[in-house]
Amino acid sequence: MSKNPEFVKFDKVDKSYDGKVLVVKDLQLDIAEGEFITMLGPSGSGKTTCLMMLAGFETPTHGEILLDGNIISNIPPHKRGIGMVFQNYALFPHMTVYENLAFPLRVRKVEKDEIDKKVDKALSMVSLSGFETRMPAQLSGGQQQRVAVARALVFDPAVVLMDEPLGALDKNLRESMQYEIKHIHESIGVTVVYVTHDQSEALTMSNRIAVFNDGKVQQLSNPAELYEKPVNSFVAEFIGENNTFNGEVVDIAKDKCKVKLANSEILANPISVKSKGEKTTVSLRPERALINPTDKMDNMFTGKIEEVIYHGDHTRVRLNLLGSSEFILKVPNSTSNLELKVNQDINIGWNSADARALDPK
Amino acid sequence: MSSETKQILTTDGIPLEVSLKKAERKNKIKAFLLVAPLLLFLVITYIFPIGEMFTRSIDDKMITNMLPKTFKEMESWDGQELPPEEIFSAFYYDYKALVEKQEHGKLGQRLNKEKNGFNSTTKRLFRNIKRKKIDESASIKEQMMKVHKNWGKVEYWQAIKRTAPPYTLAKYLKGMDMYYAADGSIAQVEEDRRIHRILWLRTLEIAFFVTVFCFLMGYPIAHLLATLPMKYSNLLMICVLLPFWTSLLVRTASWMILLQQQGVVNDFFVMIGLVADDSRPEMMYNKVGTYVAMTQILLPFMVLPLYSVMKTISPSLMRAGKSLGGTPFVAFWKVYFPLTIPGIGAGCLLVFILAIGYYITPALVGGASGTLISNQIAFHMKQTLDWSFASAMGLMLLTGVLVIYWIYNKLVGVDNIKLG
Repeated sequence: MSKNPEFVKFDKVDKSYDGKVLVVKDLQLDIAEGEFITMLGPSGSGKTTCLMMLAGFETPTHGEILLDGNIISNIPPHKRGIGMVFQNYALFPHMTVYENLAFPLRVRKVEKDEIDKKVDKALSMVSLSGFETRMPAQLSGGQQQRVAVARALVFDPAVVLMDEPLGALDKNLRESMQYEIKHIHESIGVTVVYVTHDQSEALTMSNRIAVFNDGKVQQLSNPAELYEKPVNSFVAEFIGENNTFNGEVVDIAKDKCKVKLANSEILANPISVKSKGEKTTVSLRPERALINPTDKMDNMFTGKIEEVIYHGDHTRVRLNLLGSSEFILKVPNSTSNLELKVNQDINIGWNSADARALDPK
Repeated sequence: MSSETKQILTTDGIPLEVSLKKAERKNKIKAFLLVAPLLLFLVITYIFPIGEMFTRSIDDKMITNMLPKTFKEMESWDGQELPPEEIFSAFYYDYKALVEKQEHGKLGQRLNKEKNGFNSTTKRLFRNIKRKKIDESASIKEQMMKVHKNWGKVEYWQAIKRTAPPYTLAKYLKGMDMYYAADGSIAQVEEDRRIHRILWLRTLEIAFFVTVFCFLMGYPIAHLLATLPMKYSNLLMICVLLPFWTSLLVRTASWMILLQQQGVVNDFFVMIGLVADDSRPEMMYNKVGTYVAMTQILLPFMVLPLYSVMKTISPSLMRAGKSLGGTPFVAFWKVYFPLTIPGIGAGCLLVFILAIGYYITPALVGGASGTLISNQIAFHMKQTLDWSFASAMGLMLLTGVLVIYWIYNKLVGVDNIKLG
């Protein structure tokens, strides 16, 4: 079975609520069939608006949205056949779990036996068999969440939208639900469009992530690439932790450039800088910098420890390095632990390939 | 197990329960003292008057006190034949005592209510006593029968005997267009005189339809209020509340200006050619006026509970309903509407109960066909001064409201009511 790589297509979509400000700008996004795609971004970045346009609760100001090749902009929400999980679950409080799940089937005039079968199947999928007669208020947050997921899937929609579904859960529950939703997606192969502002959630669950900012997709790629190879400083900043240096390109070659900082020079990987004299922000992941490196690295500096914070599995070290006292190191806590003390001077090294020279902030 | 739990002691050996009570006692006393003024206020202004109303409505002691000897003698009279000499003489002496205290007129009126013709019958006896024509050494029975032939009729003595108990339900029967017949059974008044039953039914009918109209108009307004953006909903809320803050009398009077035959609405109808100038419809001093004015006045009582319930319904529920495949109507009917039932219940109950006892508006715009039972109560309070009858009807109204509340509780459950 060949999968349609353009199962959902946003084609040059603009959205404005007041005719003055564009909330979504010229959005071009293709979502493949069976894919788990996450729209990630800070609040107000337009990600939820995109989801609402896909669900049919908002109309695009310009451009078209296509579902399996058909323009859906003029189809009302109830005819789109898109399942949706809402931020606060939106379970119908006056109906039992069974009635909640049966609702989409009943409005589709499915036979009673068929409804029973499908509700059973959907409930066992979220391991809530036997909860049919409970009212939503009698369920815990995690259970309500599962019912909401089951309800969005029970009528076999082609696409399921999830609008920050785990936002209200506590940390442990959120993590286990992340895996659960991921496994459900893998087992039934439904296309999922997931909206969140939690980057770890996005990295854990998605096939691809679209990072939104200011109404635009900043980067669309798989989690590893997004983390390792951010294309601009917003993405680098938003995903994971990040050490930054602001400077000016003084020399540039094919895969290396020299960046002049306030009172020193570092080597970096030119990503969005093209020529000498450009301002740039160099981004370096904390775990890419090593203490007392044994191998020869092309950036080697000495810094002074300002603060040591114990984090259980790792220790965070804040250094004063190259004129900035905000340089963060992550040191795994292993048996051969280093003695790290405040005010101690240590040698730090990293490869220029890991230091990405991006657009200036 | 229970013995184990009983033996829990605090560290200094006092049983836990005792210790707890001691610790809480101060707070309990404080809490009680805080509500005490309200409690006292309620007892004085609410419970006591209702009790007073009740005793007044069944009180028939006046006549019992007026004819003490008579009723004592009558205890052994079976009421079948004309009473013996002792009862006649007891009545004569009772009546003579009343004449001396100049209270005989009241007795005549009271007895006349029980049996027509008593007024003249007692007056004739009064004149004979005044002129000292009764010879107290001879048979009083025969002399009285000579004074007025009615004294020789057993029905009149039966009527007196019926007034003997200090309490009577006659006022309640009267409120339902019934009365005690001569033989003590309950009978209906003639069909063309059954005014109270018509009033009760009309009260229920008007209260019911006012509730329906308020619901039909209030539901969309409340929905709009709950869903509009803040700046519009505030304005709309003021529009809803503004009449609420205006005096009831002013609002009713303005409806009189609008609805009268030469009023604004009729002028408008004539202007757009809906009705001819010489056949302007009557919109006031009948049911139409009562309906229109009461619906407008009671509308906020429907809108506010509905609004407070609708405000709590997350808009994502309707969206969920639609995204799951329900048409907008199905999403509304299956999801939104059931969730507003507590508000509907509260609003309807509030409007219905207020409407059932409404007084000023029907009195001013209701005319003859638009007045309610409360107007009748007021009439007896102020015009006929039959306070015991007014009390009886007031209590019947109160009982009616309680019954409706009870039925409502059985159907919907009072716990489901949300007033906001």
